Order: sequence, then structure tokens, then C-alpha cells
Amino acid sequence: MWALLVLIGAASVSAHLQDLSFDGQKVFRVLPQNDEQVEILNFLASIMEVDFWQPDSVTLVRPKMQVDFRVEAEKSFEVEDLLKESGMEYQVLIDNLQAAMDAQFDSKARTASHSYEKYNNWDTIAAWTADIAAQNPDLVSRSVIGETYEGRPMYLLKMGKSGPNKKAIFMDCGFHAREWISPAFCQWFVKEAVETYGKDTVMTTLLDKLDFYVLPVVNIDGYVYTWTNDRMWRKTRSKNAGSICIGTDPNRNFDAGWCTLGASKSPCASTYCGSAPESEKETKALADFIRGHLSTIKAYLTIHSYSQLLLFPYSYTYDLPPNYEELNSIARTASKELASLHNTKYTYGPGAKTIYPAAGGSDDWAYDQGIKYAFTFELRDTGRHGFLLPESQIKPTCEETLLAVKYIANYVLEHLY
Amino acid sequence: ELPPSHFPAARAAAVAVGYLRYLRGGPGRGLQLREVRRARRQDIEDVGHKYYLELELEDVLDKDRTVNCTAEVLYPLGSKTSAPDVQVTVQGELRDTEEADKEFYNRIRSLEKELVAENIPDSHGNVPPELEPIHLLAGVASGYVIWQNSTENTKLHLAQVKHVKQVKRSDEDLQFDYVLLLHEMVSQ
Repeated sequence: MWALLVLIGAASVSAHLQDLSFDGQKVFRVLPQNDEQVEILNFLASIMEVDFWQPDSVTLVRPKMQVDFRVEAEKSFEVEDLLKESGMEYQVLIDNLQAAMDAQFDSKARTASHSYEKYNNWDTIAAWTADIAAQNPDLVSRSVIGETYEGRPMYLLKMGKSGPNKKAIFMDCGFHAREWISPAFCQWFVKEAVETYGKDTVMTTLLDKLDFYVLPVVNIDGYVYTWTNDRMWRKTRSKNAGSICIGTDPNRNFDAGWCTLGASKSPCASTYCGSAPESEKETKALADFIRGHLSTIKAYLTIHSYSQLLLFPYSYTYDLPPNYEELNSIARTASKELASLHNTKYTYGPGAKTIYPAAGGSDDWAYDQGIKYAFTFELRDTGRHGFLLPESQIKPTCEETLLAVKYIANYVLEHLY
Repeated sequence: ELPPSHFPAARAAAVAVGYLRYLRGGPGRGLQLREVRRARRQDIEDVGHKYYLELELEDVLDKDRTVNCTAEVLYPLGSKTSAPDVQVTVQGELRDTEEADKEFYNRIRSLEKELVAENIPDSHGNVPPELEPIHLLAGVASGYVIWQNSTENTKLHLAQVKHVKQVKRSDEDLQFDYVLLLHEMVSQ
């Protein structure tokens, strides 16, 4: 008799768990400034189910306290409207709770599990972005800045301790599909940020005082293609009208001397500049985001491979930028920092003269938008492996590059404008 | 005088190293450029542009040793079809590879079926150790192709061995047919 009751009890509990779904539920983080805004949270809690993650209950909420709470999917739009209207500072910490939870389970169960010392395919990276944000809500939040040609969401990670009026540094990886070490670095950077926050003074200061926007893969379609079809693919995967050839070179597709030199007007060329500046959904999404955050973004870093170079504007002309001396000096020291770890030699200088002139690059475009500190990294190596850098070199490459990036970030922090 | 680490010098260096790999490379020797120490360019009227280079190289199988060499690379004026004229002088002796070459030769000869392989290195940058000599041999072949097809505005590198097939022969020579992927840096 007892056994039967226990069995039924167990069955009903497990059924209940299966019905529970967090799909579409959002977790908000707000910063009520005054009693009035605290009252708004009280009001919210009175008209709907609000699950407070911190503090434990609405009664503990005080002005200037960081408050995290979960709401049902159907209510999340109402909540967001209310928060917007109230002028209260808020952010969406978790966009879809179910997805974040799934990602956590998935990343342990999947056969292709994420590793910072291996090349990860796109699905693994996508899941990782959800994972890392869910595990570090204090430091990381994920958003989508657009869609690729083939409809994939472009995930952006915002890193940094929450705070008012923070300036930011934007860094992207994976412009060119075959440059696998590049997305590997963006992932490494994020890992280092969350793991050393509170332990490394430089990183802690950087994340406290600045935000980092990290776009782990810009050209996702291309990246997927290098995993499934052609390891040497470079461009996007968009169709070109009137041609059988596919793809545009995203780093010739920006509105910076667009298609004047070092780029091709032929869709079949690997440096095809596209039908127009920002013709690609990916470059448009990136440019839109930067334009939309221009007042806060103070530096732009874009990671490529290979050749071991640290370049700055201009590439679309041999003319030198107004703060050439400063950029050159930063590049010189950053290269030195990088070399200090494994003696890896980098060459630095303005793009056109140092390697070759090439118009339509994102670094030149960002610079001309007013972002004074714009750098292009070309990571390891110098041709022995080229694009096929062995996985054993991921760690040393990322470690040394991180030194240079931290140096540049620190410099920017000390020279905010 | 040219900045040695910038691309104009590096382009000429790539040609010189390609040529040197063609001359002196083998299944037991892979010469790589470590650094351009010095570079000068001379514009010779009605002839072309001549680069004078001081290069520091290394053998990938003997990385601790430094191989110094000087090179002259002349890109003939106007000609897009003529290969650059290259002279290279290696300082000192290169490591002897007779043992390694013999071992490679015997190993291939003893194979039951003709060797076939593809994607060296693979997508993740790996080269199985037994295929390393085949990879280095590809460096010899690509060295020739790079030398023959370079201009002042190109920088060619061997990106990957797409396919290699041993060709059956009636004599005692070894023959391999390669399909190589070359990466041209400047036009990317």
C-alpha cells in the first residue's frame, strides 16, 4: 500500500517537472535609482508573478540596489515597456531561460564539446555564447545584432561589470571564414575575462571601467562552409546577381574608399567588394551596431590571420591618419608586449604601406566614424601553416595576443575621449 | 633601403625562399623564412627592379640552427610571363639529409600499394608524422611553382596539399603527382 502511494507520488512529481518549461522567459536586471522606481517594482510584483533572483523578495529592494528577476514569457513585453517608460536602467540578462538551460546541459552532453584549445564548429560556439552568458550574468550578456545571409543569428557578447556611463571597446573575430584562429581568440578573450575578473588587477579594472563588445564570428555562414565544404573559403556566402560565383569579401565591403583599390569588382574574386558598401547583411549589422553606439565605442579591434601583423589606418590610402604617431606608438608597445611571452615577432604599421593598399576595410571605416583607436590584428603564423594553424598553437597564440589587447585596452582607458 | 619586415621586402623574400626550397629542399629538409634582416631595392632602367636581401632561415626539422643566406631577386620590367631571376647563397653547410632521404625512399619502395593521401595538413593543422616527408616534398614542388609564378605584387605560400598520388614506375625512381593549394596573399 505504502509502496503504491510512493510510486504514484514519484510519478506525479516527475510529470510535473516535465511540464515545467522556461521557454521564452526572460530575466531582467534593473537598477532602481530612487523610491519611485522601487515602487514600480512593487507594482509589477503585485500585478503578475515575478520571481526575484536577487534580492530574494521584492520587500528587500532598495534604491541603488541591483535587482534581478524572472518573468513569464507572455509578460516580458509588458515588463519591458513598463521599464522603458519608467526610465529605469535595465538590461535583459537572460533572453530565453530555456535556451540558456538547454545550452548548459547540451554543452556537457554533446559529442563536439566546447574547448578553448580546439577549433569549435559554429553550433558549439553558438551554444557556448548562451552558456557563458548564463554562467556569468554579472559580467556577460548576449544579444543578437542581426542575421546572416543564410539566416543565422549574429551573437554579440557584452562584457563588463554593470555601471553607468561606461565607454566601450568593440572587438570582432571571424571576418574571413578560413581564419580559424581568429574566432578561437575571441572565445579565449571571453574566457580570460570571466576567469580572471577579481583575480587579475588589470582585467578587473578593465571590466569595471569599460565594456567590451565581443563578436565571436562575423561571417558565420562562411565559417560553417569551411567546416562542411571548403576549408579555404574566405568570403560570405551570399549569391551574386548575374554570376555563378558566391560571396563578397566582408573586409572590402565597408564604406571606406569603397572598391577604389586592393579590391575587385568581380564576384568571382576573393576580394570582391560587393554590389555596394554594406551590401552584406553581416557587415550592415556590424556597421549599424557601431553607428548606434558611436558615443560609447572608443576603440575598434578586428582579428584576422595570418602574417603576425598589427595594423592601423589607413589601408584605402597611403595617407597617414591625424594621430599616426600615437597609433604607431601604441602598436609598437603592443607588439613588444605580445613578443614578451613566446618571442613571436609582429610587424606593425599603417595598412597600405606595411602590407598593401586595400579599400573597404572595417578598421578604416570605424576610424573615419570617429573611433580614434582602430587596429587590425593578423595572428600566427607567417606562412608555414598559414590558415591551417595546428590546435597546439591556439593557447600560445591566444595568450600572447591577449597581452597586446589588454595593453591597448588599458591605453584607451587612460586616454578616453 | 626597405623596411625588412614590411611586405614589399617580404614578397621578394618569399620568391627567394621558394627558389631555395626547389634547389635544396627534400623529404628530409624544409627551409622556412624566419626573418628578413635587410632589404634593398634597386630600380635598373630598362631592366627591372632588383631586390637585395639578407635572410635568416631555419630547417623545420632542425629549428635550433640558424641558416643565413643572401639573395638577389630581379623582377624583369613589364614582363608578366617571365619568372623572376633569383640568386641565392647559403652561408655555411646545410644539415645532411642522406640518412633521412634513404629512409624515406626505402619506406615508400616497401609500400604494398602506391601512396595516396589528401588534405595535408588537415583542417585542424595536423600532419601525421609519416606524411611529414611528403609534406616537405610538396614544399619543394611549391617552391618551384612559387618562384616561376611570382611578380613584384604577389606573395605566394603553400596553403595545403589537396591531394598526392604516387605514380607507378617501371624504374627505381619515385614519382608523386601533387595537387597543391597556393595562397596568394596580396589578392588574398
